[in-house]
Amino acid sequence: MALDEVKIGGLGASRRRVEDNRFIRGKGNYVDDVVLPGMLYMEILRSPLAHAKINSIDTSAAYAIPGVRMVMTGEMMAARNLAWMPTLSYDTQAVLATDKVRFQGQEVCAVIADDPYIARDGVEAIIVDYEPLPPIVNPEQAMAADAPLIRNDKVGQDNNVIFDWEVGDREGTDRAFAEADKVSEISMHYPRSHPSPIEACGSIADYDRSTSKLTVYMTSQAPHIVRAAVSLVAEIPEHMIRIIAPDLGGGFGNKVPVYPGYVISILASILLEKPVKWIEDKTGNLISTGFGRDVYLKGEMALRNDGKILGVRMHTDSDHGAFFSDAQPSKFKIGLMHSTFACYDVPSAHLTARGVYTNKAPGGVAYRCSFRVTEAMYFQERMVQAAADDLGMDQAEFRRVNLVKDDDFPKRTPFGFLTDSGQYEKCLQIGLDAIGYDDFKKEQEEARKRGRLLGIGISTMTEPLGAGNSREYDILGIKMFDSAELRVHMTGKAILRTGAKTQGQGHETTWAQIVAHELGIPAEDIIVEEGDTDTAPFGMGTYASRSTPVAGAAVSMVSRKIRAKARKIAAHLLEVSDEDIEWELGRFYVRGAQDRGVTIQECAMAAYSNVPDGMEPGLENNAYYDPPNLTWPFACYIATVEVDPETGVWDVLRLVAVDDCGVRINPMIVEGQIMGGLTEAYAMANMQFITFDEDGNCVGSNYMDYLLPTAWETPGFELHEVVTPCPHHPIGAKGIGECATVGGPAAFVNAVMDALKHTGVRNIDMPLLPDRVYEAVQTGNDISGMPPVKTTDE
Amino acid sequence: MYPSRFQYEAPTTLAEAIAILAANDDAKVLAGGQSLIPMMKLRFASPATLVDINNIPGLDFHGADADGTYRIGALCRHAHLEKSTTLAEHQPLLASCAPLVADPIVRTRGTFVGSVCHADPQGDWASCMVALDGSITAVGPNGKRSIPVKEFVAGPFTTVLAKDEIAIEGVIAPAKGTRAGGYLKLERRVGDFATAGVAIALDMSGGVVTNAGIGLTGVGAQTVDAADAAAALIGSSLDPDAIEQAATLAAEVSKPRSDHRGSASYKRHIVSTFVTRILGNVQRAEMQVA
Ligand SMILES: Cc1cc2nc3c(=O)[nH]c(=O)nc-3n(C[C@H](O)[C@H](O)[C@H](O)COP(=O)(O)OP(=O)(O)OC[C@H]3O[C@@H](n4cnc5c(N)ncnc54)[C@H](O)[C@@H]3O)c2cc1C
Repeated sequence: MALDEVKIGGLGASRRRVEDNRFIRGKGNYVDDVVLPGMLYMEILRSPLAHAKINSIDTSAAYAIPGVRMVMTGEMMAARNLAWMPTLSYDTQAVLATDKVRFQGQEVCAVIADDPYIARDGVEAIIVDYEPLPPIVNPEQAMAADAPLIRNDKVGQDNNVIFDWEVGDREGTDRAFAEADKVSEISMHYPRSHPSPIEACGSIADYDRSTSKLTVYMTSQAPHIVRAAVSLVAEIPEHMIRIIAPDLGGGFGNKVPVYPGYVISILASILLEKPVKWIEDKTGNLISTGFGRDVYLKGEMALRNDGKILGVRMHTDSDHGAFFSDAQPSKFKIGLMHSTFACYDVPSAHLTARGVYTNKAPGGVAYRCSFRVTEAMYFQERMVQAAADDLGMDQAEFRRVNLVKDDDFPKRTPFGFLTDSGQYEKCLQIGLDAIGYDDFKKEQEEARKRGRLLGIGISTMTEPLGAGNSREYDILGIKMFDSAELRVHMTGKAILRTGAKTQGQGHETTWAQIVAHELGIPAEDIIVEEGDTDTAPFGMGTYASRSTPVAGAAVSMVSRKIRAKARKIAAHLLEVSDEDIEWELGRFYVRGAQDRGVTIQECAMAAYSNVPDGMEPGLENNAYYDPPNLTWPFACYIATVEVDPETGVWDVLRLVAVDDCGVRINPMIVEGQIMGGLTEAYAMANMQFITFDEDGNCVGSNYMDYLLPTAWETPGFELHEVVTPCPHHPIGAKGIGECATVGGPAAFVNAVMDALKHTGVRNIDMPLLPDRVYEAVQTGNDISGMPPVKTTDE
Repeated sequence: MYPSRFQYEAPTTLAEAIAILAANDDAKVLAGGQSLIPMMKLRFASPATLVDINNIPGLDFHGADADGTYRIGALCRHAHLEKSTTLAEHQPLLASCAPLVADPIVRTRGTFVGSVCHADPQGDWASCMVALDGSITAVGPNGKRSIPVKEFVAGPFTTVLAKDEIAIEGVIAPAKGTRAGGYLKLERRVGDFATAGVAIALDMSGGVVTNAGIGLTGVGAQTVDAADAAAALIGSSLDPDAIEQAATLAAEVSKPRSDHRGSASYKRHIVSTFVTRILGNVQRAEMQVA
């Protein structure tokens, strides 16, 4: 009899996360838990100034401290051609500053010492003579005619602009605007935020002169890319580099780039021939590593009076900080910003994008989104709400008019992506029913008569997850496919390795479920390993919700290869020909004689003890998966809020989420992903941002100022699901890791803006802090969140 | 955390603790450590010696004397006050403030007296003590002295305590009539320091205010004593005019900074809103009693 799939922990089983067993017992193994014999400790001296010339660096007092082994400077790095390193966006980034510092927190020196206390004492003893230069903290300042040049190190760079890029149909869009009954306009800023994983970044570099092998324990979401990068930058042969990403305490995109600290620890280990550990503190992480967002939008929508969108025009100015080190597919300049409006039928659209350097930390990473999709969808949904308001149309009805219909797939998006599946209106309707849309609108009207401000906000979106097919997606030229390797042992137990790297997503649990689904081996009989480049097959890592769409697909495919071989073994054992063999979960049997069969475990044993003549023994294989397309999950988030007009404080009354991520491998993990994402979405909308003052000081450099929401203020979420399988993924799954972070913020903001509709305010920049909301209510003006934030005493 | 090097002492008597403080330059008392340790971690503070008072018996108390004098010992944690079943009846202001100080984790360690000694203009308890016109009892080599809280703070993060003095308790005088009042705090998130906070303590007799104090959090370089605003309430029965006047005066005496938590004018507005709300709550409660 076929096995019960849910019982063996296959697809659809809400299996408990196997990794939690060690995490909740405090037995996780993070980089900082690794201790190597003779290990030294490294600490980085960071620039206190945002923009300054370095006149001199005096390290003598640091060297005088007993236990300080070495003080590394930019000059030392330069002597080895390592003062600068390439970024993921074909720019360069300073490893240790030589000429000047370009953002507050930039790496200036590193001290290597016997213990971490001495290393910090050493850092305090270094004297740097800085000559301050005027800092730039926003694109307006960066583009001013008299703006100081930030990247004077770059030949041919004579202003602060990094790129001017466009995509879409300019003429067609112009025509749409000429024909429009109405044009809706809105401007806004998606503020700089930080992924802020609880575990900051760190590395232990261990260079062994006797074997010439470099082993690096590292907080990396993409260890194989790091191996390639280190090999290229440090000129060490790739087979002599082993990157081990052990347990990661969150990543959210922050652990994709290669950071100066990694490179410095590697050089230090080579020079000192000792393992060197570098563990960043929270402030170091917040002020110097990959941030998210920081994009300004000017959006326009051409509308017909009946609500039909005729065209969309967008211009973005993005602030990339001092070095252009965005993690994104090479072809694009502003990530997948042009995936915007993918769920709507928009005949023509045009996007211009300009990126600038500023005196802020570099590293526009996708903070829990697929390459700036968060901004794309936020801008889209804010523009949609403004357009509905401008037309005097109900916001749900406006979406219904414009959403792509179920029968329209496959459908080109306005910027040329291909969406392939979805039931958008159904999701919207489930959401509206769940929240009680019509009743709430009545309640809202009643409340307003009594001076209470209630609001309802909707956000609907589909996003491109799972980069991506090799025709279009690469990072530094490396194609974005992924891999899986499966070894089935003779007793039917197995080890699975992939080129992805879990950091909270639960791969150790869900990958085993995919194998269980394909082979009928119980999930608990499969161990999953990732993160060690000496053992794991090559892969591009985990970010952009790409693991299930790409690596997860590879897991399916390798399992199918194993099944194909097992089928031949089964035929041999059952003494029939291949064609007479049927498969049911966990078992092959003879067609027409279901009781004559062998289990997958019996096949495994035979693979090592009784293979047919001419067959290679063993039962293992690998698969590389190049996805035919991105996956397109859909989400509808609806929030209701109450705003206190006297203080500007707003509370979430309810949040309804309807997610369609295709087939759910482990529904519990999917729900966890959605709740985590909604929590981050709420944080963005309500409290979380990094800003800068006039001097370029980072405001948000610690957890008193950079606010992570806790269970206390996070609202409850009501989850619903729709399942539209992905037509091209082997098990019909779509990405889900980031939907809620991407789609969530607009629901909250739209709800607050809806509550303030009577004031005429069109936009308040996130986060919607009480003072911003209060000022908007009082003045009726839009509120900008553009830095610098002014700090003044009266 | 990697602080600078320091000597750690854990005396078991007050006399011993005072002797260590007297003998060492740059020594600091360690109570709950919820302000001092974060500062040491960031190396904003690098005391040469820490004198941990947590092993000294007899400092972990709070309660009312027979005459109604209320005492809070140096090792009474925020959480003890939060969970107290008797605090609200004696000191409604403190009871309403306790759950708003920091977050639940910090509250299990941090102390009331330590918070007042820390003299952070954003400290919530100091505003309560100003509103209640409380005092701190300090012990040094020459014995005990009582210091009114309004004279205790010398400036941001500095007090008038001598280097060898330890604060052993906070003291609040008995009410003239029934004690009323409350605390309101605008915070961006649980565990955040106040964008602005208002502490109001009232003594009520027959629906009339006989004594009043207002302390303001986070709207000046140190805790603000809104004495004029409080004075405007005395003799009133919390009628709308008196409330409005108190709200206006409290806002006027605030000297907030414009920063990422909000503009100065916004914070002033919050002060006046909260004064109005707290007094309105007291007034409504009085009406119910009457
Ligand atoms: C995450 C976080 C959030 C917080 N949020 C808030 C908040 O919202 N509101 C708020 O008011 N506070 C907040 N705090 C501070 C917290 O309330 C502290 O507990 C309090 O400020 C200090 O008390 P403590 O016992 O921890 O003192 P410690 O940290 O031990 O000491 C603080 C200072 O007072 C001195 N001191 C302490 N006790 C004595 C004594 N008996 N005699 C003489 N000197 C003494 C110490 O030498 C030191 O200089 C927060 C703290 C943290 C870590």
